[in-house]
Amino acid sequence: MSSIQNDNFSFDEKSQGLAKIALAKYPNDRKQSAVMPFLDIAQRQNGGWLSQPSIEYVAEQLEMPFIKVWEVVTFYTMYNTKPVGKNFVQVCTTTPCWLRGSENIVKACKEIISENQCDVAHNNLFSWMEVECLGACVNAPMIQINDDFYEDLDYESTKNILQSLIDNKPLKIGSQIGRLGSRGANNAQ
Amino acid sequence: MLSNKDKIFTNLYGEESFELKMAYVRGDWDNTKALMQKGSSWIIDEIKNSQLRGRGGAGFPTGLKWSFMPKDSEKSNYLVVNADESEPGTCKDRDMIRNDPHKLIEGCLLASFAMGAHKCYIYIRGEYFNESVVLEKAVAEAYAAGLIGKNACESGWDLDIYIHRGAGAYICGEETALLESLEGKKGQPRLKPPFPANKGLYGSPTTVNNVETIAVVPTILRRGANWFSSFGREKNTGTKVFCISGHVNNPCNVEEEMSIPLKELIDKHAGGVIGGWDNLKAIIPGGSSVPMIPKSVCDDVLMDFDSLVAAKSGLGTAAVIVMDQSTDLVKAIARIARFYKHESCGQCTPCREGTGWMWRILEKIAIGNSSSAEIDKLLDVTKQIEGHTICALGDAAAWPIQGLFRHFRDEIEENLKKGNYVA
Amino acid sequence: MKKIKVDNKEIEVDDHLTIMQACEEAGKEIPRFCYHDKLSIAGNCRMCLVEVEGAPKPVASCAMPINEGMSIRTNTEKVKKAREGVMEFLLINHPLDCPVCDQGGECDLQDQTIAYGAGHSRFNENKRSVKEKHMGPLIKTYMTRCIHCTRCIRFAEEVAGVNEIGAVNRGENMEISTYLEKTIDSELSANVIDLCPVGALTSKPYQFEARPWELKKTETIDVMDAVGSNIRVDTYGWKVKRVLPRLNEDINEEWISDKTRYACDGLLTQRLDEPYIRIENKLTTSSWSHALTKVTDLLNEYKADEIAFLTGDLCDLETLYLFKKLADQLKINNIECRQEGCNIPFTNQTQYSFNTKIANIEKSDCLIIVGSNVRQEAPIINARIRKHKITSNLPIAVVGENLDLTYDFTHLGDDLNVLSSILDGSHEFSKKLEAANNPMIIIGNSILNRDDSISIFSIIEQLIHKFKFFHESWNGFNVLQIAAARTGALNLGLFKQGNSLEKIYQSIEQNKIKLIISLGADELEFPRINKAKVIYIGTHGDRGANTADIILPSAAYTEKDGLYVNTEGRLQHAYKATFPPGNAKEDWKIINELSNMLSFDWGIIDLPNLRERLKSEHAELFEFDNNKINKYERLLANKAPTADFKNSNIEYLIKDFYLTNAIARNSKTMAECSLARNEAKD
Ligand SMILES: Cc1cc2nc3c(=O)[nH]c(=O)nc-3n(C[C@H](O)[C@H](O)[C@H](O)COP(=O)(O)O)c2cc1C
Ligand code: SF4
Ligand code: FES
Repeated sequence: MSSIQNDNFSFDEKSQGLAKIALAKYPNDRKQSAVMPFLDIAQRQNGGWLSQPSIEYVAEQLEMPFIKVWEVVTFYTMYNTKPVGKNFVQVCTTTPCWLRGSENIVKACKEIISENQCDVAHNNLFSWMEVECLGACVNAPMIQINDDFYEDLDYESTKNILQSLIDNKPLKIGSQIGRLGSRGANNAQ
Repeated sequence: MLSNKDKIFTNLYGEESFELKMAYVRGDWDNTKALMQKGSSWIIDEIKNSQLRGRGGAGFPTGLKWSFMPKDSEKSNYLVVNADESEPGTCKDRDMIRNDPHKLIEGCLLASFAMGAHKCYIYIRGEYFNESVVLEKAVAEAYAAGLIGKNACESGWDLDIYIHRGAGAYICGEETALLESLEGKKGQPRLKPPFPANKGLYGSPTTVNNVETIAVVPTILRRGANWFSSFGREKNTGTKVFCISGHVNNPCNVEEEMSIPLKELIDKHAGGVIGGWDNLKAIIPGGSSVPMIPKSVCDDVLMDFDSLVAAKSGLGTAAVIVMDQSTDLVKAIARIARFYKHESCGQCTPCREGTGWMWRILEKIAIGNSSSAEIDKLLDVTKQIEGHTICALGDAAAWPIQGLFRHFRDEIEENLKKGNYVA
Repeated sequence: MKKIKVDNKEIEVDDHLTIMQACEEAGKEIPRFCYHDKLSIAGNCRMCLVEVEGAPKPVASCAMPINEGMSIRTNTEKVKKAREGVMEFLLINHPLDCPVCDQGGECDLQDQTIAYGAGHSRFNENKRSVKEKHMGPLIKTYMTRCIHCTRCIRFAEEVAGVNEIGAVNRGENMEISTYLEKTIDSELSANVIDLCPVGALTSKPYQFEARPWELKKTETIDVMDAVGSNIRVDTYGWKVKRVLPRLNEDINEEWISDKTRYACDGLLTQRLDEPYIRIENKLTTSSWSHALTKVTDLLNEYKADEIAFLTGDLCDLETLYLFKKLADQLKINNIECRQEGCNIPFTNQTQYSFNTKIANIEKSDCLIIVGSNVRQEAPIINARIRKHKITSNLPIAVVGENLDLTYDFTHLGDDLNVLSSILDGSHEFSKKLEAANNPMIIIGNSILNRDDSISIFSIIEQLIHKFKFFHESWNGFNVLQIAAARTGALNLGLFKQGNSLEKIYQSIEQNKIKLIISLGADELEFPRINKAKVIYIGTHGDRGANTADIILPSAAYTEKDGLYVNTEGRLQHAYKATFPPGNAKEDWKIINELSNMLSFDWGIIDLPNLRERLKSEHAELFEFDNNKINKYERLLANKAPTADFKNSNIEYLIKDFYLTNAIARNSKTMAECSLARNEAKD
């Protein structure tokens, strides 16, 4: 767990609303099922990562032992136990992306964000890390920034995207070569 | 080539809106009630006759699987849709969800009805956030239109659909790990027996199906089992969405006829291999879990379950990963091995300990620091994992490595001798 | 029954066996790490793979049920290879530190490597190293050695009922840990050390103390509570090095409490090894003959009604018998074994023992606990209740504090008056009792030493006769004793009818009683006996000895052969694992010598001879039968006084689980546990 911790945590109004919706999805005697949505809600409220109080808060809400929630937190990669940048950049480097040059995307991240993965850089604006296949392989290489996918990248377009976030004029999400979804670039089917 | 009129996913690329009003135009939800009135056994028979095989990787006959669900159990039955799509190379379910979600939702109703389920969970991988937003909207539309919920489509059948987002774990695509995850635990596969059809979600009878499997159901029922089975070969029927990635000119997803020759698939839809077919080195035809096949096999193999098994590979998720002559195959497979090391849930010994070991040996080979004896050892390790684990992730980690050496061992050893790998 | 084949041999086995169990019946040993018959099946180690005809892959025999006609192969090349493979995987990241590992010599991994391993390592990568984890004062972790069998997790969750151990991270980074490395809050925690098949969880207090083959092992029984857990005491020279559980399905299965296991270092400190006599307010050593003469002088000096005989919680039955004999011979009427005081004039063993018997808890279909913190008073019995609760969803109700007993129960409040409404049928819970065929009640000693105890007991007696607590195959009435010596002492009549300890205290305060002979009575209200002279026979320089005028050093439970009657009324033999320190003597000999010096010639010359006598006078104690249903003998008349209980709060007797007797109080380990628990509470 991170040595940086905020003091206490409880769901704000928005989170409470989301939590209620999440809880309603599961049978009454199966509250524990809501642990994943609850952690997600907590992480979003907490600026992209889960602090110790937020984890314990979730555990208490769902009447789960702390260790069981901690197991869940450490099992799934999308829960961050350390602070991340405002724009959390995840670069897929698994084989389909690698075949199409994900190394160049990593290079762009290193140059613009930080040499090391997970450093929170640029005044908290960014952090980046390598991740496994994000499920957009026919639009490789690609990155995910917070909730959004940017696809069909190369070194230049990645830099442009990151720069656009620094300039606070974000480029549009999805394919950066202007194709529609997963349709072949030169195939008007 | 599959003609447009025979395509099921007519909005795969999102030319049109996903919304209900457009879904109606595309023919979804067209008198669903009538289909349901034909009864659950009719539905199951029709699916059996269509010879639909699961699209999640294993290719188990769907109708047969549905027939395992107890009809008169005291507990409520569940349908769980597997939208965890995390197999490297695979990104088809994503398109169905973001661009054609009503096919899936209608399929959920029909399948749930056929299996006696009043509740259906769709487990979507956490990274597909925007897709989950679309799906939530589509589900809300379906509720609002009375298509699902109480007395769905005025059929007298109640169905609730809930969407559960994952949080980053490939293993949650394994059906029992998925159920564990839905129950709020780590996604660790369960021991079988008991099978989900007896004891699945919350201990109740459960069927887990892939998104595509469920999403094609309404069209099969509307157009008939015979229409569906007219595509492809015996036991390898229907249309299929292929994902073509890697060294092709135009990577894409495309719906095609099952059993289409691999070469035709790539040439027609993906603009061919970069540098031409002769520049092809090898293809992983079904997502990262299946062994690669060299060009010589690619030349005439058909893209279906049985043909690829005969070629000592598999259709898997039909994710075609193309690698041209420039590819360092050892690195390509080492990267896949790293994926499995990263994704092993850690509960059973061979997979927890073996995946990391295999990756480390491959990395050594990739930098030339290895020998023929090390390769023997590596292959031995794959054998020690294969078939010895709780779930199929162990096999999935072992097979790509076996495939690599099955076809390219001589070349790799030659390169080791020549020092070609020295980084 | 199902017919199957194991390695071509046909056998017929029980329907719901697993392949592993069936193979065992066929005499085939199947290696395993994760499987444990008292825990749920995890099937994760993959060591137990066997071949089943027709199955494409080898199957994990621990998890697979047998089918009619199944043909199982345990000795094929494929099976051998699979085992070798698993062994190799387990070893690649396991340190080669057997020579310095406390598990060395009793390590499953070591043994199975020899039996099933390939014999050499092909792993040239760096071994993983895992940070040690803090789990409290008892459990030392070497997590690099962990093979992830999850037995510890399953034990904590399933048996101990504390969800505090987990496996965090995934894949090869998976690690066993408590949440933020907190101490495990359980009285049973150290059982994970026995369960751990390798040296990942080892005993912190026993660290580097000895190698198993250097130890002398004695099978005996425990006295830390009234359960009588079966234990093995390992000694090196004079010293008790460790205490381990022995399997006894009727009592402790294969668990023991942390106190049973770890109070043993208290046997090494503050021991009384010489007789002492107080001279000018200073205890000075003395010879036995001098000290005993002093004692006989005092006994002769005081009149019988000026003397009280008090006994403690850890005494063996033989000594108690002699002690009683001496009291009778001296016509001493003030005799009491119930150190916390007790108002109930018991007339029959069924009135104060655990009649249902521990194993039969699993047959109960409704349980009400009145005034007992079972978790602290008898952790082993509590675990049995929990086991039954989680497998059968037994309805349980508790009258008393709303404690954490590690299982769910209906809390009926802290007000004893609720008993009246259960009795008259107006309470919800009456329906549950009404419906039950094998209802059980567990009564704690904490409601037997109150001013209103008789009334409470009376209501309870009415209650148990109203519902089906007694029938041909059932006795559901239980008093949970907490002292190892108590049931035996009561049987031998070491208490005063209708007159409790309180009267003795008062007589001392009024100078009517002037001399106390204390047989290890360490739990008295000592300020109240200030005025009397005290002769203390015992093992430790603890509470009892501190106020004594003459001290006669005796033997602890590991230092003598002796009999004990547990809370069920079960007579068990304890065996001498080591000898008393210095000039200390076995207790019965002390009393015997004293009697001889007082010229009471009972002709007792040795222990067998003494046991003969005991048996001839108290045959019933030796006739314990686990299957016999005791017939309850009613103590109070049907319409005995009922009352409106004023001060209805229940005060539990055990204030600190880790410090309940002289041995435990002198144990450094128990002190650490007590501290850790108190810190965790703050
Ligand atoms: C490690 C592993 C990962 C899997 N991932 C997925 C997945 O992401 N999506 C999927 O539909 N099936 C996946 N499966 C297959 C499922 O276990 C299951 O067979 C499938 O969902 C059944 O659906 P179907 O019969 O419709 O194919 C995976 C299997 C394994 C062993
Ligand atoms: S094979 Fe791997 S992923 Fe599957 S259960 Fe075993 S450790 Fe988990
Ligand atoms: S003993 Fe069967 S898998 Fe461990």
